[in-house]
Amino acid sequence: MSNELIDFTLVSVALLGIGIYGLAVKRNFIRMLFAIEIIINAANLNLVAFGRFLPHSGGQTLALFSIAIAAAEVAIGLSLIIVAYRMYQNIDIEDFRSLKG
Amino acid sequence: MADIAFLALAVITIGSAIAALEMRSLIYGSIALMGSLGGIAGFFLLLDAPFVALFQLAVYVGSIAVLILFTVMLVKRELIFKKIEDKRRKFAGIGLMLILMASLGAIFIDSGIKTITTDEPPVDFRDIGIDFVTYYWPALILMGLILAGTVTGALVLARRVDEEDEQRTN
Repeated sequence: MSNELIDFTLVSVALLGIGIYGLAVKRNFIRMLFAIEIIINAANLNLVAFGRFLPHSGGQTLALFSIAIAAAEVAIGLSLIIVAYRMYQNIDIEDFRSLKG
Repeated sequence: MADIAFLALAVITIGSAIAALEMRSLIYGSIALMGSLGGIAGFFLLLDAPFVALFQLAVYVGSIAVLILFTVMLVKRELIFKKIEDKRRKFAGIGLMLILMASLGAIFIDSGIKTITTDEPPVDFRDIGIDFVTYYWPALILMGLILAGTVTGALVLARRVDEEDEQRTN
């Protein structure tokens, strides 16, 4: 196998950085959801890569659990977007201030 | 050293992750996100995990990306193309990203990860199935319940409550 563990880890670090950037800068609700997806995928890549190189089946099992939980999270997030859009007619998170004290 | 397939997949994945966040239109952004998730599936294939790669394709590229596309279509047209961000926050975000990448990358390169190599055969996906029904069975059942609960919750949240209907039933 010509690819090494460090290569996969560096790709994962790059994806994590891009995701953090998206969460910090974007104010669009849907784009923040994109950023969360990218971060979750970076974590899954790390799980499978370490599971391959140890080698242990636990990495792939945990990655499958993580994918399923991420699917649930996206379903809830998108329905929250729809509810918020119906209430405020906007998807800018700085407009969602009814819980602000 | 990394081979050509790895480099191509890295370029596709990271490039379309940036495009997903930076493209002007949310629709093109979600298609770019689909490309990025597909690139991750390619990495799983390179890591000899075809089962996880197919799961990733089915769940992420197949269903989540389509769900996001439909949600984007429900939003007003001006909001899809509107880009709201201030310059200072953007530069601070880029700085944060670069600092994070440099420090985490330096930590990983400096640690002993570089010396880890393996000649052993990859994990058979039968082992994953056996894991699921023996050691992880409570977690599997819990995950099914959580999925059912969240999907029902999402349905209840997104349901439109029509006032006319309520009056009619009253």
